[in-house]
Amino acid sequence: MKNHGRRIFQTLCLAAAALLVFGASALAAERISINGSTTVLPISQILAEAYMDEYPDVNISISGGGSGNGIRALVDGTTDIAQSSRWIRQSEVENAINNGHYPVPFAVALDAIIPVVHPDNPVDNLSLDQLKAIYEGKVRNWKDVGGEDRSIAVISRDSDSGTYAVWNEVALKGARPTPRAQLLASNGAIVQEISGNRNAIGYIGIGYLTENLKAVSLDGVAPSYANAASGDFPVSRTLWFFTDDWPKGETLKFIRYALHPEKGQKLVKETGYVPLY
Amino acid sequence: MGTKRRAKELLIHIFFLVVGASGIIVLTLILLFLIMEGLPIFDTVPIRDFLFGTMWYPTHYPPDFGILPLIAGSASVVVLSSLIAIPLGIGSAIYLAEIAHPKVRAVVKPTIELIEGLPTVVIGFFGMVVVAPFLQETFGLTTGLNLFNASVMLAFMAVPTIASISEDAIYGVPAHMKEGSMALGATHWETIARVILPASLTGISTAVILGISRAIGETMVVLMVAGGAAIIPASIFDPVRPMPANIAAEMGNTPFRSDHYHALFAIGLVLFAFTFVFNMIAAHLAQKHKQVGAASL
Repeated sequence: MKNHGRRIFQTLCLAAAALLVFGASALAAERISINGSTTVLPISQILAEAYMDEYPDVNISISGGGSGNGIRALVDGTTDIAQSSRWIRQSEVENAINNGHYPVPFAVALDAIIPVVHPDNPVDNLSLDQLKAIYEGKVRNWKDVGGEDRSIAVISRDSDSGTYAVWNEVALKGARPTPRAQLLASNGAIVQEISGNRNAIGYIGIGYLTENLKAVSLDGVAPSYANAASGDFPVSRTLWFFTDDWPKGETLKFIRYALHPEKGQKLVKETGYVPLY
Repeated sequence: MGTKRRAKELLIHIFFLVVGASGIIVLTLILLFLIMEGLPIFDTVPIRDFLFGTMWYPTHYPPDFGILPLIAGSASVVVLSSLIAIPLGIGSAIYLAEIAHPKVRAVVKPTIELIEGLPTVVIGFFGMVVVAPFLQETFGLTTGLNLFNASVMLAFMAVPTIASISEDAIYGVPAHMKEGSMALGATHWETIARVILPASLTGISTAVILGISRAIGETMVVLMVAGGAAIIPASIFDPVRPMPANIAAEMGNTPFRSDHYHALFAIGLVLFAFTFVFNMIAAHLAQKHKQVGAASL
């Protein structure tokens, strides 16, 4: 809401400045609208701000209502770019084509979700099966997975966060986590709890990793930016921009900017997500 | 002149009627909204399974909407924090009103009232960053974010309310009652226990209701320190997920008018029923033990 207000304010300022300098002709400023996933939102925001700094006559409006909403807006023709944290569904493609739209995907960044423990915990590596057993509550002591004789405090994100959804799909393969799992409201809360609790295991987006936490390898693959980008690290997902048909004009320029290794992708890294290169 | 004055009176009358009624009207509308958004869940989940189901997996397929662990979470937190807060609150009130030197009282009472204004997010943060690691290390617990931590933090919030309002009630007991008791040969303690406390019971009940109802509805503290596991606690060091914390944590990303969304409103309804019954009991107790005559506050 606040952002929206600022956007309106910026538009007004822009319009006023344009009127003063170029006269009424400049009112026809280029507009790009982006809609969709809140996970991708920080990336779109930082890209849009940098892009508008470089091309002040372009106005980019962003809203985040979830991946499904974004793709629906693309199908209805009400947005130029749909941002999505998941692949487009069969039914959505069919809807789009029936409406005369043809969604084109662009991978814009990767998101790796990494398991973390307290730095004093001797466990460095878990297999995906061990991780699943821990989250299902079947393994309840660290000594069963090569650690100290301590009970395991299983920490998870709240059940409606995108991070939880991906974690459940990839790490738990759709199984339910144990009801004893502590559901915390944010990446920050998980960092706080695990850095103060030697028994705990949790998971966070790779951008939230600090030195107060230890990242655990999965099946021997270290949770690094490089392994996430190459697809070797198992719990990662691609974040997408969908456009209607091959983009043209300003939208194409913006997408090229977003994918540029020296421009957009550098900003992606600043947001804590994994750049494509 | 007379009609003009009467018209003015009538206008003032209507004005205050509207002002007085607006609060009630708004609250009724909110209650109606709560009922309208909450009831649809019972089309998909029978009310018995909703209230007594022990599994809360709202976003899985198929989902489970059993809120017994959440009710147990709220109830356990409220009971434990009351056990801590009521004796501490009333004890401080008796000390301040009856035993403390007036100079001590002049300093301590405003301080307690100042603590009352502490933002709950600060208390929650304190519980999370200081108390949780301390509890976990000292008692060798699995986690420091648990029922006990949340109860202590809620008690910390409720004590100033209970102490400050009870103190007003005790202090307000007329001096002649106290003097009468002393004159009949009762000791100071006998006077406090047999005369002053019964005389100020209505005020103390009000204090306890206000203090504890803050704890029932409190969201931020339990969201931060209760641990968030939807289980029925077997020990005071188990993590719990009270109803307000659950609503706050899950409302943000719930699809509009989905089953999960309706379920959260239904939890709100249960929470409302909870506070309503609690207030009724408290009001009844206060009525039953009401003192008449000079000591009626």
